[in-house]
Amino acid sequence: MKKLWLIIQREYITRVRKRSFILITLLSPIIMVAIMTLPALLVSFAGDDQQRSIAVVDESGAMGDEIEGNGKLIFDVREEPLEDLRKRYKELGFDGVLYIPGLEEGASEVRVTYYTEDQLSLSLENSIERAVADRFEDYKMQLAGYDQEIINSFKTKVALQLREQYVDENGQLIEKEKKSSAGVATVIGFVAGFIIYMILIFYGAMIMRSVMEEKTNRIVEVIISSVRPFQLMLGKIIGVSGVGLTQMLVWIILVTVLMSVVGMFVSVDPASMQDAMNNPMVQAQPSQMGQVEEMLDIVTSQNWGYIIPVFLIYFLGGYFIYSSMFAAVGSAMGDDLGEGQPLTFVVMLPIILSIIMISPVIESPNSTLAVWLSMIPLTSPVIMPARVAFEPPLWQFLVSAVVLIASAVLFVWLSGRIYRVGILMYGKKASLKELGKWMFYRE
Amino acid sequence: MNILQLEEVVKTYDKTVAVDHVSFSIPKGRIFGLLGPNGAGKTSLIRIITSITRADNGKLFFDGQPLQSIHSERIGYMPEERGLYKKMKVGEQLLYLAQLKGLQYRDARNRLRQWMTRFEIMNWWNKKIDELSKGMQQKVQFISTVVHEPDLLILDEPFSGLDPINTNLIKSEIRELNRKGISIIFSTHRMEQVEEMCEHIVLINQGRNVLTGEVNEIKERFKENIFRIEYSGDLPSELDAMDAGNHQFSIVSRRDHSLRVKVEEGGDSNDLLRFLIQKGVHILAFNEVLPSINDIFIRVVEGDDIQG
Repeated sequence: MKKLWLIIQREYITRVRKRSFILITLLSPIIMVAIMTLPALLVSFAGDDQQRSIAVVDESGAMGDEIEGNGKLIFDVREEPLEDLRKRYKELGFDGVLYIPGLEEGASEVRVTYYTEDQLSLSLENSIERAVADRFEDYKMQLAGYDQEIINSFKTKVALQLREQYVDENGQLIEKEKKSSAGVATVIGFVAGFIIYMILIFYGAMIMRSVMEEKTNRIVEVIISSVRPFQLMLGKIIGVSGVGLTQMLVWIILVTVLMSVVGMFVSVDPASMQDAMNNPMVQAQPSQMGQVEEMLDIVTSQNWGYIIPVFLIYFLGGYFIYSSMFAAVGSAMGDDLGEGQPLTFVVMLPIILSIIMISPVIESPNSTLAVWLSMIPLTSPVIMPARVAFEPPLWQFLVSAVVLIASAVLFVWLSGRIYRVGILMYGKKASLKELGKWMFYRE
Repeated sequence: MNILQLEEVVKTYDKTVAVDHVSFSIPKGRIFGLLGPNGAGKTSLIRIITSITRADNGKLFFDGQPLQSIHSERIGYMPEERGLYKKMKVGEQLLYLAQLKGLQYRDARNRLRQWMTRFEIMNWWNKKIDELSKGMQQKVQFISTVVHEPDLLILDEPFSGLDPINTNLIKSEIRELNRKGISIIFSTHRMEQVEEMCEHIVLINQGRNVLTGEVNEIKERFKENIFRIEYSGDLPSELDAMDAGNHQFSIVSRRDHSLRVKVEEGGDSNDLLRFLIQKGVHILAFNEVLPSINDIFIRVVEGDDIQG
């Protein structure tokens, strides 16, 4: 036990101390946050926070005495002729001149012109259009004979609230507390499945390389004259899993911290930033801010206390299954990576299959396909975390987890049997059949 | 008392018999040569002794007890193909290997300091292995093999790749360790090293034990009663008749002022000497020619291969 601990320590410490590990661990979240927030930052730094006052020349008469601005925009309807204002707007303290031509009766489109020396951001352009359009809408309704109060009463703000419910065996209606959004669950599903896929491949390859290195180095003979080969393999797998957990923990902490720092900086919450990436107009449209809040609400109301443990169980289960197989394959190989290609491919096949199946699974997370793939221990590490935000039935989760854990133990044991033979075999090209035989060798 | 005793040990891989009913014992405190041509089964035997693999059949006793993996802490093993973690620092690596052999951290560190100071490599403590030359790496490997003060040391070709200076250093360390009572299994192809270092040998061929015993005793056993005579002046011509007239002696080879004469069964070396003196040969030296271990090795292995 003490020796196993020594091996775990060595495998862990030599890896986390590597410069490449430290760089990747620290830089990835920074790059990730940068990619997620840069568009939002650019939008917010593009000058939108600056107040602009705009002189308005209105030939339509629709604007009345004033146009409602939105904090960042101040409109001032002027009497001076357009040409005059265009020359003198700066002296008068304006940032630009907005010209609104006369409106033909029944016209549904009007072309307004904004004269300025500055650049105009997309969101600002949008805000001006919206402000003028609102005014025209009210004006037309007034023309049709409606009172302003009645016009205001026409406007209805609609918010969709989703309530998940089901009828239990007693015929009782049960409503779920959680606010749900298929969109958020989809994103969580994809991200969770994909992260596990990456980890399995990345750390699996790391284990395989390390086993090959020890074998070609011949240090393995020195080590296994002190400990059992199985201890060495297990120690390596556990040590490297610690590296993976450390990396994830650092990433989670860093991303959270960075996001809140950036969030404070631009005074927008992270969720809206994500949104800003797809739609740069979000910020300028206060009506959408509500949606962003709603979104954030949904994200935080996800059952993270359930999702994260499930994620960890499948991460560890999958990791032990695949890394032990990679260790077995690595032990069978010499220093030539190419010669083990077919073996590596066999091990990677189920992982690749899982990542291909992740789309159909997320599309219908309770289909027969999804259920079966989340039961088979070779695919469940990717598929189950992808389904978890859709809250699969508890029994499915329990069965799948028990199968996974039992398989992990079995795979580690079987791989250990291949490994102990493989690491002492030199100059022999190992086929899959050969590996199968090794399992049954006596010690 | 034997440090190690093997009784009818068998090990089979697939269909090849790597170790075929091998028995021998290694007396405590001796340097023991494990010899054999390539592929004879030496490595398989060593792996069984170091508990890397297990014998299919037969019994092994370490210091009187049935061999168990716990005994690996009392064994130091330096494989023929050396191996160290290339990216690890010398000190850390040695500490790691020493602790795997059951030493406590503090104890391991103290002992390593002593060894490294002795080998004048203390300033390499923080160097990575791949920054060192091959010879330097060998020193590190040697320290890792002996730091836990094993009762039995197994050295597989310990001098391969070493320059003469380091070879001598390691040789004297081995003798020093042996003086302290450590038993040593010394596996090599280099027969002159066997003659120089070993007191006992076992010769393995095709998985079987074909010869075992004390070096001197084996030489006695294989000697052919050949004597080398050095003389000055001329040899009387009638000496040629030595073969014809007297079947007790025969000349094996003849060189400038040197003769090799075989004393046939029933003959006596004293008679030979007397005969030569009577004939007026002026003798400078007279000694028995013992076969070298190399000769014995070749004879036994070739004879064995013809039989096998």
